[in-house]
Amino acid sequence: MHSAQSITDVALHWPTLDELVRTLTLRAGYNAAVVVVGTTMLGLAAGVVGTFALLRRRALMGDALAHAALPGVAIAFLIAVTLGMAGKSLAVLLPGAAITGVLGVLAVQFIVRNTRLTEDTAIGAVLSVFFGAGVVLLSVVQASPAGDQAGLATFIYGQTAAMTVADATLMGAVALVAALAAALLFKEFALVCFDDAFARVQGRPVNVIDLLMMSLVVLVTVAGLHAVGLILVVALLIIPAAAARFWTESLWRMTVFAGAIGAASGYLGSVTSALMPRMPAGAVIVLASGVIFIISMFLAPSRGVLASAARSARLRLKIARDHMLLAALRLGDDSHGARVTINDLARARGWRVNSARAIAWTLARTGHGELHDGSLTLTATGFDAARRVARTRALWEEYLTRCADVAPSHVDYSADLIEHVLPPDLVRDLEAALDSAHTAEEVAA
Amino acid sequence: MSTASYNFISLDLPALLALVLAAVSCGLIGNFLVLRRLSLMGDAIAHAVLPGLVLAFLITAAMGRPEQARDPLIMMLGAAISGVVTVLLIETIRRLGRVETGAAMGVAFSIMFALGVVLIEQAAARRVDLDADCVLYGQIETIFWLPPESLSGMLTLGALAGAPRQVGTLAIVAVLVVLLVVLFYKELRISSFDPALSTALGFSSRLIHYAQMTVVAIAAVAAFEAVGSILVIALLICPAACARLLTDRLGPQLWVSVAVAIAASVAGYVSGALAPMWIGFETSLNAAGSVAVALGVALALSIFLAPAHGMIARRVRNNRLAARVAREDLLGLLHRAAELGTDALSPAEIAATLESPRLARRAVRGARRLGEISATANAVRLTDLGRDAGRSIVRSHRLWENYLVRTVGLRPDHVHAPAELLEHARLPSAAPLSPDLPDRLDPHGRLIPPAPADENLET
Repeated sequence: MHSAQSITDVALHWPTLDELVRTLTLRAGYNAAVVVVGTTMLGLAAGVVGTFALLRRRALMGDALAHAALPGVAIAFLIAVTLGMAGKSLAVLLPGAAITGVLGVLAVQFIVRNTRLTEDTAIGAVLSVFFGAGVVLLSVVQASPAGDQAGLATFIYGQTAAMTVADATLMGAVALVAALAAALLFKEFALVCFDDAFARVQGRPVNVIDLLMMSLVVLVTVAGLHAVGLILVVALLIIPAAAARFWTESLWRMTVFAGAIGAASGYLGSVTSALMPRMPAGAVIVLASGVIFIISMFLAPSRGVLASAARSARLRLKIARDHMLLAALRLGDDSHGARVTINDLARARGWRVNSARAIAWTLARTGHGELHDGSLTLTATGFDAARRVARTRALWEEYLTRCADVAPSHVDYSADLIEHVLPPDLVRDLEAALDSAHTAEEVAA
Repeated sequence: MSTASYNFISLDLPALLALVLAAVSCGLIGNFLVLRRLSLMGDAIAHAVLPGLVLAFLITAAMGRPEQARDPLIMMLGAAISGVVTVLLIETIRRLGRVETGAAMGVAFSIMFALGVVLIEQAAARRVDLDADCVLYGQIETIFWLPPESLSGMLTLGALAGAPRQVGTLAIVAVLVVLLVVLFYKELRISSFDPALSTALGFSSRLIHYAQMTVVAIAAVAAFEAVGSILVIALLICPAACARLLTDRLGPQLWVSVAVAIAASVAGYVSGALAPMWIGFETSLNAAGSVAVALGVALALSIFLAPAHGMIARRVRNNRLAARVAREDLLGLLHRAAELGTDALSPAEIAATLESPRLARRAVRGARRLGEISATANAVRLTDLGRDAGRSIVRSHRLWENYLVRTVGLRPDHVHAPAELLEHARLPSAAPLSPDLPDRLDPHGRLIPPAPADENLET
């Protein structure tokens, strides 16, 4: 597509709208379509499998696995060439990759179980040593008469553009297997991810389920090696799942979202790579998922950073309003209609005068008080609300002293923390409990 | 000077020097990563300095000074910045996004690395010579020095100034790292083992954390160009992991890790670059890869053979302890039988009582060798020596039961199992267990036998 362009041409070539639409709708030539479909499938599979790996805290195990696959690729090539077969077919190389990849994971587990080294050290040591061995073996391949390791080195950074129909079919098959396994074994996977000890007590074969999950990770990693390369394939396992986590609290939805995010990253990444020069597909796919991750992290409605910031700001405002109502009630000597100056309120709670003014303004807006030149007067609604807050607080202090054995001099602070979040039915229960305790005590007296 | 030695000095010596210097700086700073469970931070930083490096290249090239594109200072700056950015990114994702540390690292470093890969492709078009493969394997093989032929000529200032740039950069960084570790040893030690204490004492562990990560980034990038990112990771983690298995103290750990790093670098380079030629191959193996493998071998050796924490030593220790416990159980068993009036037990009875028949056979063999029992085919009985030993085991058991009931306050029917374990403990003194026993009876009403040394007093 860009053959006319010289290697030293540095300008970015923006695609025309027509090119864009054709690539997006898979009509920009057979090869481009194959690549787009293949990476989309791979993203889907990685997202689904990554969900469980992430929740099982095995996210970086995939990294060790992928790096450890390199020596396997080289060894498989050497063996195949010695036997006189075509060394570079994926059918030969991928089983080799899977074998040493799994050996790498086993080595990590062996080190963690049998030495005082921690898991992070084990993962780092295994991935660098296995990768080093792979690099040495690649130099052996290069030196061997069969030579020409060019095809093997593509495993490191991936070579998406060279994806064949067979590769794309393989990705499709992997995606199908991952989706099916996740659907059929959903309950088992969820149980092991959230509470493996409970799963064991329930008589589930935790080790077998773990092994199945790990096999899916191996499958996706090995299938992704050729497409995005062994350094970045772990990103496809981690990023879509971590992004999906921001959108939902339900595992079922998280799995579906992660699959969708993975597929979208694969699709967007490969389309971008096809349209623009010098955009290696593997890296662009990872960057696409990174963009989705950052958007999710900030904008997701339930666990996103902005949503939780807004939630905690609302809670802080509610607490500040409660405090101001309480302070107004006390400074106004518990009488209805007393004026209290903002300055006094600010001093009573240790607020800055400006913050106190802002809080008073919100109270006035909701009809809890009236503002007249620098002082607040509680309305009837405000007075009732203030009395309610005072009552909840008193109840809670009473409860802490009487039932939780907290010294009377210590209850003020703890009551301060919790009074704002006591649900109404709990307040009723407290009233009932304290009333009956009262009578019991009086009867005893 | 012979051609062989000239070749060595111009080709192998600079490469070896670069390796050893990289080994010293990465190996030393890696200890603090391993101790603080941040090994993967080393991994993350080693990957993530890539975009900073490429950006530094691109910016110097864009400023029209391509000849300065490899200016070590600018490279360091770019790498240090992207290292710190990565650490901040990981912290942000972990704190704000409430993502688990491992996953946060995975997200951050793969995004940074992907960015680096895309930037490299852009750089290639701008004729900035930076190859994605050499980022991983480094270019040890291309470090060489062409000094004058004579030894005296080599040592002149002019010849030394022609020494390879990478070696000079690495030497400066190695000195810097060693100096920082020596100067801030106390601070590093406190913040590695107890960050809260360190902050309370006025050494902000956060500040130290970021300073450490900056040093890791600088060490990584200095070594990066020469040895490649994979070997950087191996050098950061493996020597420290070996040292962690070989010693329990921080000072020796630092020395050991540096020694392991240097030894593995030399061994790896020799076996990768030189040995294949000696045995008749025409090309050498990748040197960075062979050093990584050598580090792996060193780690494997430490895992199995380390004197205190190695698997073999631990297995042997456990075995010995199991044998001693079984032997002591046997003596105790025979002593209890004697108390009940049975002088000898058959091997079958012993096997049925002790933990396993295999351990029972071993216990009988061991006790016999020590002369504590005399054994015939179907009767095992205590010798005088064995009687004393059996008595002190039973005494220890009943003292513990006594202690557990009277001092700890356990119920009498709950103390046998713990006493069965505790009786084998070798205490410096049994005095706390027997403060003036009033009645010399254990909670089950059995006599606590006197210690062998007390015997004379008794009779």
